[in-house]
Amino acid sequence: MPKIIYIDHSDQRYELDVPVGKTIMEGAVENAVPGVDGDCGGQCSCATCHVYIEPQFAHLLPEKSRVEEEMLELAVEVNEDSRLGCRLQIDETYEGIVVHTPESQF
Amino acid sequence: MKRVVIVGGGQSALQVAITLRQQGHEGTITMLSDEPALPYQRPPLSKTHLAGDADAEGLAFRTPEFYEKLEVEVRLNVRVTAVDRAERRVELEDGSTLEYDVLVLATGARPQRLGLPGEELKQVHVLRTAADSERLRTQLRAGERLVVVGGGYLGLEAAAAATQLGAKVTVLEALPRLMSRVTGARVSTFLTELHRSRGVEVRTEAVAERIEADPEGEVLVVLADGSELPCDEVLVAVGVVPNVELAEGCGLPVDNGIVVDEHGQTEDPAILAAGDCTNHPNPVIGQRLRLESVHNAIEQAKAVAATIVGAPQPYAQVPWFYSDQYDVKLQTVGLFQGADHVVLRGEPAEGKFAVLYLAGDRVIAVDAINSPREFVTARKLLAESPDGTVPLTAWPEGDGDAASSAQMIMPA
Repeated sequence: MPKIIYIDHSDQRYELDVPVGKTIMEGAVENAVPGVDGDCGGQCSCATCHVYIEPQFAHLLPEKSRVEEEMLELAVEVNEDSRLGCRLQIDETYEGIVVHTPESQF
Repeated sequence: MKRVVIVGGGQSALQVAITLRQQGHEGTITMLSDEPALPYQRPPLSKTHLAGDADAEGLAFRTPEFYEKLEVEVRLNVRVTAVDRAERRVELEDGSTLEYDVLVLATGARPQRLGLPGEELKQVHVLRTAADSERLRTQLRAGERLVVVGGGYLGLEAAAAATQLGAKVTVLEALPRLMSRVTGARVSTFLTELHRSRGVEVRTEAVAERIEADPEGEVLVVLADGSELPCDEVLVAVGVVPNVELAEGCGLPVDNGIVVDEHGQTEDPAILAAGDCTNHPNPVIGQRLRLESVHNAIEQAKAVAATIVGAPQPYAQVPWFYSDQYDVKLQTVGLFQGADHVVLRGEPAEGKFAVLYLAGDRVIAVDAINSPREFVTARKLLAESPDGTVPLTAWPEGDGDAASSAQMIMPA
C-alpha cells in the first residue's frame, strides 16, 4: 500500500498506508485527518474535499476535468496546488505523496 | 458524563457521532442500527453502485478501526421498539433496555409503498438499502425489462443505471411531468428528452394499478387506463415515509417527520433528531421542511451534536441537492416552489444550462445542469444572503460557460 503523507493546517503529520484504488479524499476521511469532509461521498458534487498537493508531485496527478475546475471555485483559499481529493485515485506511483489539508472546507 | 444513544445507522447518525467527538464529548456514544452493515453511503445505491462501478465494501463511510479509535459503539441488526422517556431508556427487540442521558433519533425514512395488488411479488423492488441495490443489480442483465414506477430523483437515477447495465427501461410517472416535486418544467423536459434519447420509455400521467406474474416469471404491470406492460422486474420509487414511529410512540409531536427546532431539539430536552426523519424549521427561507438529502443529514447532525455538547449552532442553511444520470450532473440550490418565472441561461440542446427560479425580481433557487460553475455561484450567493434570495440584477453575467447565450425569461 502506498504511503500517503497528510499534513493538516496545524502541521500535524499523518503517514498513512492507503490501499490502491482509494482516493486521496477517502484516505483522509477514513483516517480522520482533519480538514477534509467529502460530504457527497466522492461524486464531485460538493467541493468539500479540497486539498493541496505539493507541487513536486503534480506530474503524478490526472488533469483537472472541467467539473473539478469549476467545483474548486466553491472552495476557499484555492491556489495552483489545489485539487479535489475525490478526483485523485491512489495508485502505486503515489508512494510518498504529500497532501496538505486546509483549515476548513468553507 | 453524558451517555448518548443514537437510534439509526445512516449518514446523519454517523455525523452526530463524529461531530460529538470532534467537539470534545467524553461520554459514551452508542449507535443502534437495524442494518447488517456499518454506516454506508446511500446516494451511490441508485447511481454507480447499481450500475456496477462501486462495490459494497467501497460504500462504507469508515472502517471498523475508525469506530474503535473514536470510541463509538455500533450495534448492528438491532431494532429499537420503544422509548421510555420517564426512565430515559430505549427498549430493544430482544427485550433488553439501554439507558441514555441524551437520545438522538436518526431513524431516516423507508420507501413509500403503493399498496397495489401484486406489490409483494419477488420481482417488485424498492431501493433504499445496499441489500436492495444489490438485489436489483443481480436481476438486471442486458436485455432485462425493468419498469420503474415513479419519475423522481431515485427512479430516474435507477433508470439511468439500469440502462447502462443494458436493461430495457420504462419509467411511469403519475403526474404530468418528471421530478415535478423538485424541479421546474424546463428541467423536467430536458430529463424526459435525455432519458428517451438513451432508449428509456418515459410515460407521464401513467398510473400503475396492479402487478401480476405468471409462473414463468413474466411480470405484467397493468395501468389505470387498461394498458399492460410486460417486464421482468419492477422498481417502485415513489418517495419515502419518515420513520417517526418511535417518536410517536413516546408522545413526541410528529407532523410529516419528527418535529424539532433549528437545533434538532424535540420538545423533550433529552431527545433530539436529525436527518430525513425530521420536520425542522429553516430560518433562512422561513418555513418548516422535511428534506431528504446528504447536505441536510450532515448539517442537521452537526447542529444536534453542537447542542449536546452545550455549544449550540442553529442549522440554518440554504438546501442543496445533486443527481447524476448518465453523464449529466444536476445540481440544485434552494427550493424552486414559490417561483413565478424563470431565467434560462445556456442552451439545453447542448446539455449544459442553468435555470434561475425567481419570485418577483429575486432569485430563490437554481438548477445547474452540467454547469458546476453556476452551482458554485448559486451556493455562494444564496448561502450568503440572509433570506436565501438574491436580486437578479446582482447575479453575475454569463462567463462564457453555461451562460454564454442570451438569457431567456419564461413562466415557471
